[in-house]
Amino acid sequence: MSLIYPKESLSAFPKHLTPEYKSTVKRSPSKPLIIMPHTLSELTGPVYGHDAVQQGDNDLTKQHKGEPLGERIIVHGQVLDEDKRPIADTLVEIWQANACGRYVHNVDQHPAPLDPNFTGAGRTVTDKNGHYKFITVKPGAYPWGNHPNAWRPNHIHFSVFGQSFVSRLVTQMYFPGDPLFPFDPIFNSVTDEKARLRMVSSFDLENTVPDWALCFRFDIVLRGREQTPVHTEQH
Amino acid sequence: MSDITPSQTVGPYFAYGLAPHSRCDWKPSANYDSKETVGADLVTPDATGTRIRIEGRVLDGDGKPINDAMLEIWQADAQGRYAHPRDSRARTNALFKGFGRSATDKDGGYSFDTIKPGVVAGPDGKPQSPHIVFCIYSRGMLRQIYTRLYFADEAGNDADPILALVPRDRRGTLIAHKEMRGELPVYRFDVRVQGENETVFFDI
Repeated sequence: MSLIYPKESLSAFPKHLTPEYKSTVKRSPSKPLIIMPHTLSELTGPVYGHDAVQQGDNDLTKQHKGEPLGERIIVHGQVLDEDKRPIADTLVEIWQANACGRYVHNVDQHPAPLDPNFTGAGRTVTDKNGHYKFITVKPGAYPWGNHPNAWRPNHIHFSVFGQSFVSRLVTQMYFPGDPLFPFDPIFNSVTDEKARLRMVSSFDLENTVPDWALCFRFDIVLRGREQTPVHTEQH
Repeated sequence: MSDITPSQTVGPYFAYGLAPHSRCDWKPSANYDSKETVGADLVTPDATGTRIRIEGRVLDGDGKPINDAMLEIWQADAQGRYAHPRDSRARTNALFKGFGRSATDKDGGYSFDTIKPGVVAGPDGKPQSPHIVFCIYSRGMLRQIYTRLYFADEAGNDADPILALVPRDRRGTLIAHKEMRGELPVYRFDVRVQGENETVFFDI
């Protein structure tokens, strides 16, 4: 099987320069990007299989002596290509704030408590059906300095590999119905509404565990589709 | 109409998740130590070829260091082979992945220890001069940006089919120059995200 990566699919992505998100102003290329064909260097990419993770790496509630505070949740879904075929054995990494909206990173000094029982980083590898699953707590919203009274909607950061270096994706998973959506320039940097909503997980009652954890589903579609058979007819 | 999941910024706080042991200024306390899956040292015991270091800084449109960027590199081995099923050639260095990740420090600095890659097969049967694909992420980047490092001491650069797509006066931004540090060749590669002498980035 040979995949191709149509560039048109990238139209769903945010523009590099999105002035409403102020940090893009000095951190976006100002000259046109050079268009190039995909060579072997782009069509290959790092392979991290099940040996890259250990059992329990996907449970962010079991990394310390006690359990973290907050709403325990299951986050799961499928990693797919553009033809909606599952991508098996691919590395998925996440990181997030704790239930109070505080990251353990030393740059985050806003006045919300750290949780000694929550680091907020995990990883897993998809199974043969492209499925992944994490157990964590729902991250809190937190303030940031982009504009007066700016708050990020609740989100979990995702890093996904896929089948080549051009399918590589770093994104954020949001939660349904967040009242901060209209005010967040990062979320709204994706200008197409349908595309934007693909970053929002869905509440998954069916896979909620009674008396234990709520569940959210987040499917991730990466670049890459099967090559259309080429006509052999020559002119 | 495709429906891929859109990209979002890596944000300022990725280090403890993606690069916890990197040379960045993030120093986790023991309580919050996190496992590193991908590091900045690509060298494996079975890797053959010339050991090299790549060093540089990442700078913003004002020439100021970006102290919260993440760089990922992807490269072939010394024989020009990629550790990926699409490259079906037999390899003798099964441990060498060719992938590395580094955050930047307060000076915008990063480094990788690796092996100099070999010539790679290119489009229409033309060889590509040895190169390393760079992917850069940071706060203020809503999507990753791609560039390539080429080596100043490679004669094949003049015939490289990708460098040929770049206006001649900008090609220099993709060329890393060598200095010897004792026995170790160190290639310097700064990334200027914007502005004067802006690094060439590729639309891939």
